[in-house]
Amino acid sequence: MAAIEVKGLTKRYGDLSAVGGVDLMIESGEVFALLGPNGAGKTTTVEILEGHREADGGTISVLGFDPATGGREYRERIGIVLQEGAVERELTVREALTIYGGMYPKRLPADDVIAMVGIEEKSDARIKSLSGGQQRRLELALGLVGDPDLIFLDEPTTGFDPSARRQAWGVLENLTALGKTIVLTTHYMDEARHLADRIAVIDHGRIVAEGTPETLGGRDGGAVIRFSLPAGSTPAELPIPGARVNGRLIEFETESPTRALHDLTSWAVQRGLELEELAVDRPSLEDVYLELTRAD
Amino acid sequence: MARPTLAQLVYHQFRYQNKVFWRTPIAAFFTIVFPLMLLVLFTAIFGNDMIEGLGVTTAQFFTPGLAVFAAVSATFTNLAIGTAIARDTGILKRVRGTPIPPWAYIAGRVASAVYLAFIAITLMMAVGIFFYGVELFPRTIPSALLTFLVGVSCFASLGMLVAAISPNGDAAPAITNATLLPIAFISGIFFPLDDPPAWMEITGNLFPLKPFADAFRDAFDPTLTGMQFHWTQLGFMVLWALVAALLAIRFFRWEPRTGSSERRRRPRSTPID
Repeated sequence: MAAIEVKGLTKRYGDLSAVGGVDLMIESGEVFALLGPNGAGKTTTVEILEGHREADGGTISVLGFDPATGGREYRERIGIVLQEGAVERELTVREALTIYGGMYPKRLPADDVIAMVGIEEKSDARIKSLSGGQQRRLELALGLVGDPDLIFLDEPTTGFDPSARRQAWGVLENLTALGKTIVLTTHYMDEARHLADRIAVIDHGRIVAEGTPETLGGRDGGAVIRFSLPAGSTPAELPIPGARVNGRLIEFETESPTRALHDLTSWAVQRGLELEELAVDRPSLEDVYLELTRAD
Repeated sequence: MARPTLAQLVYHQFRYQNKVFWRTPIAAFFTIVFPLMLLVLFTAIFGNDMIEGLGVTTAQFFTPGLAVFAAVSATFTNLAIGTAIARDTGILKRVRGTPIPPWAYIAGRVASAVYLAFIAITLMMAVGIFFYGVELFPRTIPSALLTFLVGVSCFASLGMLVAAISPNGDAAPAITNATLLPIAFISGIFFPLDDPPAWMEITGNLFPLKPFADAFRDAFDPTLTGMQFHWTQLGFMVLWALVAALLAIRFFRWEPRTGSSERRRRPRSTPID
């Protein structure tokens, strides 16, 4: 069953078209990433799904509700982890989770959620005494405390350094293991690849590609072969067309890597050459992403 | 587990707002302690003798007025500043994404402010009665309570209106101070208005503070008799309350103004550790 079904979503701010006709179909239990550069329309799209903003056009069904009119019944079933959320800093962690949890019919015990995000030692500490990272964990806990069917994570690691992001992913992976539907926005490709089952790339308010991390943008089709040019050979001698030469490094793309590799290695074996640094890769998600969101 | 009833939702908000208040020393100081300090200072400066022309002691005059001032701080000032800051920091946006109906959240906030106003006004009157010989009359207790309720409703609405129209959390204290203090002066809170200039009298009567203070003070005036219901003043405050509430609802925002550079961004460079 689809948890989220969106057709032709549009949103304008004055003259600016923030979202220009987005279609989304997200299944129950899926971890779905909306990937795109800043200003692409990710946050606007997600905030419409959360019920924070109203769309100008299109049909939206989230868990069977229209978020704009779903009201209390709708919000009882979703959890929102805000990009810049805040809670009353004078409360303790447990108090905040108790009061916010108290708004939901299916609430989880505060201590369970505290353990889930790993801030047990801070249960009775005032929120203002938490480190930034602990506050982000509390943020996650607040998104979970109502035991939601659907969780929105808006740029959960923006501004983190790489090692902090790795740690944050650890926490988020625990979330994905709960089997809940998760909608994640990010402008980090590695984050989307690491966490999501499926990725939609959004740019200028439109979905420009959609697929699993493996197939996005047709990257399952081709391959890239790289190696270093053997000493005494010239690029012109190679049995392959369209190779790019970068110093001694040769790189070429092919739709039939088995055949190309056979030609190349036969050529080298016949001449008794060793192809150093030989590697076969798929186009990186980064290549695909940059191609898709290239400024034009 | 059962779905929380609306009454439970309001009550939880009320309790937690109270907690937050008592844990914010600056708010507790200005609401509860500061008006008491003024009472101590005024009676020390002027001496607790009969004020000429009024026929009451210094404390008998000042205590009810400062009690009203404290109640106004607890509602008007606290709601305006607290709500505007809650919007700046993203608390209101978070609340909007939870199942609590918006009106229940606001009701919890307002109920907490009114409760704190009740504590402030009771404490002030108790200090006046026990330390400065202020007289209390059983016949006027109903009118004093009604005046309190109408007055704090009016100033709670005005506080929410200031929160609604403040561009950010920094503007809210500026607006409350720039309005409350001058109006308190021309409303006879800080000194008796003995035959004031006509403009001051008229201006004072345009705002709801003077009617609140006058009606409340008359309930503690030993030279007067009867139950002291001031229906004109009460009706005037109800009018202010309604207009303020309607405007507050009309202009209320749950998120900081977009493009406002004053948005209180939290540093986000820290890791999850």
